[in-house]
Amino acid sequence: MNSMNFEGMVKMACAAPIWTVEAEGESWRKMAKACADQGGRLVSIWGSEAAEGFVVFAACVFSEGMLISRCSAVDGKFASLADIFPCAARMQRAVHDMLGARCEGEDERPWLSHGIWPPFPLRKSYDPELDFAPAGGNYPFVAVEGEGVHEIAVGPVHAGIIEPGHFRFQVVGEKVLRLEERLGYKHKGVEKALEGLMQNEGAELAARISGDSTVAYSWAYAMALEALCGVTVSTRAGFLRGIFLERERIVNHLADLGALGNDAGFSFGLAQFSAIREDMLRISKEHFGHRLLMDIVVPGGVSKDIDVKAREAILAECASVREKVLILREIYADHTGLQDRFLATGKVESGLAAKLGLTGLAGRASRNACDLREDHPHAPYDKLDVSMATHHGGDVAARVSVRFDEILESLRLVRAMLEMMPEGEIAREIPGCSGFGAGWVEGFRGEVLLTLEVEKGVIRRAHAHDPSWQNWPALEFAVIGNIVADFPLINKSFNLSYSGHDL
Amino acid sequence: MSAFGFFAQFLQLFLTVLLAPLLLGWVNQCRAWLQNRQGPGIEQPYRKLRKLFRKDAVIAENASPLFRIVPYILFGAMCLAAAIVPSLATDLGFSEAADAIALVGVFALARIFISLAAMDIGTAFGSMGARREMLVGFLAEPALLMVLFTASLISQSTSLTVIVETLAHRHFGIYPSMAFTGIAFLMVLLAENARIPVDNPASHLELTMIHEAMTLEYSARHLALVEWASSIKLFAYVTMGIALFAPWGIAQAADWLGMAFALPILIGKLLVAGCGLAVIETVMAKQRIFRAPEFMGTAFLFGVLGMLVHFLLGA
Repeated sequence: MNSMNFEGMVKMACAAPIWTVEAEGESWRKMAKACADQGGRLVSIWGSEAAEGFVVFAACVFSEGMLISRCSAVDGKFASLADIFPCAARMQRAVHDMLGARCEGEDERPWLSHGIWPPFPLRKSYDPELDFAPAGGNYPFVAVEGEGVHEIAVGPVHAGIIEPGHFRFQVVGEKVLRLEERLGYKHKGVEKALEGLMQNEGAELAARISGDSTVAYSWAYAMALEALCGVTVSTRAGFLRGIFLERERIVNHLADLGALGNDAGFSFGLAQFSAIREDMLRISKEHFGHRLLMDIVVPGGVSKDIDVKAREAILAECASVREKVLILREIYADHTGLQDRFLATGKVESGLAAKLGLTGLAGRASRNACDLREDHPHAPYDKLDVSMATHHGGDVAARVSVRFDEILESLRLVRAMLEMMPEGEIAREIPGCSGFGAGWVEGFRGEVLLTLEVEKGVIRRAHAHDPSWQNWPALEFAVIGNIVADFPLINKSFNLSYSGHDL
Repeated sequence: MSAFGFFAQFLQLFLTVLLAPLLLGWVNQCRAWLQNRQGPGIEQPYRKLRKLFRKDAVIAENASPLFRIVPYILFGAMCLAAAIVPSLATDLGFSEAADAIALVGVFALARIFISLAAMDIGTAFGSMGARREMLVGFLAEPALLMVLFTASLISQSTSLTVIVETLAHRHFGIYPSMAFTGIAFLMVLLAENARIPVDNPASHLELTMIHEAMTLEYSARHLALVEWASSIKLFAYVTMGIALFAPWGIAQAADWLGMAFALPILIGKLLVAGCGLAVIETVMAKQRIFRAPEFMGTAFLFGVLGMLVHFLLGA
């Protein structure tokens, strides 16, 4: 029996357990509260323009799955959920930037918008050519006062070639008193660009939301569209998707582990992990035509099959990657200098993690354990018995350890899926259809959500959510009390997306 | 000044300034090999210098003249340092001009100017780098002095040429005091040249930098001079280490034949030293910045131990 029982709850015909419900007036906050009381979490808040005015959606997780509640924003206003889920605050600010619907009494500073494009791009009446007054560059950061306190402004242009983001530190000496982030520099109007695309074209753009999570986003998009059209994919296609997603996870974790060593001045680690990763990417290129597996997961199934040769290559690769990773794990664990940098650095206690709704890999490293593949397994994970990697430390070392565990588990899953995978078709035709659909997939950072409103095969509104939304605010807490020089290492240990967040 | 002294001085300075980037390239190449990478080749620092000298300089609007002058001061100071450390011969024209203590002073002078230039623009990174550089510097200098004092006590002189002559041409013996000071010197060398584990010369993370943070605002010819000066500094330190702890093969006064042998011997030693540096940098990670005082404190302790051992054992 469902532990959440609201009038009008409808289960979506989706691979993942997702319910939708109309939540007018009071029930909007009541439903969020009910999820929070169960120990649930907020995944995303977004807005849309409907025929009758603006509507806002909230996707919360409860014990059986996800509940997407829909509420109309009367006079462009809706009730804030930030007191129930602190991570809602930035999403609500983003709703205002994009759509103009606002929470009363909340932080009124812009979040995604830097005032360089006309306001409210997600409105149907939006005109990009419109004359508008660009906002000044003065974003009011919260300052700390006191003797010896000073500010360090970092970014958005960095000394290395990395994604842009601004970090404002308030420090005394080397010690960080406060960090405030300013993002939005990578905003490229993806959600607006998705509007008006044919439902199959949208898949290509969705695959490019965040290059490192291309399989996760493609799958979420495909799942949303399949839910909307009532198509189920073949068992073989499900397994193929699983294999591609796990490969993406392994490749990204390898890159992160190398980069973490490098950021601690141990460039030997970077060289070794990069070599393993590069070998994997080349196998992907050779057998599936793309190093990052872009456009491989498509609505209705997958575009590339695994033949006998590819199967042999992947099995051999699994064995060799496993062997190398185990050796490197030992080297990392035995390295005094490295462990000295990792241990107790950037600690997020489990209590704080739960309060902030820390999700994905970083959440699991702070004992805030949630992994879709174990909690709400959809095909093919329902046949795999995934064991979630967790750690209680909450520091950089814990996030390193979880990455190692997940690589090993993913290698096991890939082998298991190759064994279990039946023969069969790999893709099915999807007819043009209308409705609302959602896809929910565990990417390498955490849960990725993609929702679609489609009308006769044309996208009316699409929303993509990256787990970085939850974890960026937690990073601000993780650095407090650490020294400035350790920030890059802490930041790397979270490895959050700018591109997937700014959209 | 003898003709030989003049010639030796000129040759040594010329070679040092010219070969210094090559030593850096060698260290980086060895690091790459140790990490199973191909590496960019040992001539990479020269390519970088050529690239930088060809570019137009970008200078902040609020930069004072000091900011422009400092690269030249830095380069000059490092050339002077390289001139007074005996690497090829002990009969050097400049040897009368500056002794071991003055050498430490020359390094300090360069540090003060680069720190001032770093703060000149007023960016957070420059000041942060200058602050950290001063922290490392004021802890490293006493340790370096201890090393030089121990060597001075053995040779009864603070003149670098006399020290090296004494150490190189006394009958072969093992000095326990020099073993301790050797460790101290190596630690100072790593710290003063912004190497791992104190600083990471390859880092692109502005918040973790020490030396690089101070030079972030420099570009083109200014940056080229700063980088060149850094490589000369590394070269001077390594040759100083060779002169103090492995001085065999260095040419004496008016020894033209010795001079001819001194150069290949020096190059051989530099190759070994560069390899050793690369090994240290490969097996170690960068320390937390607040470990630097401990690190330098240990170096100082070893320096003092070396001196104590000298007094106790007379060797």
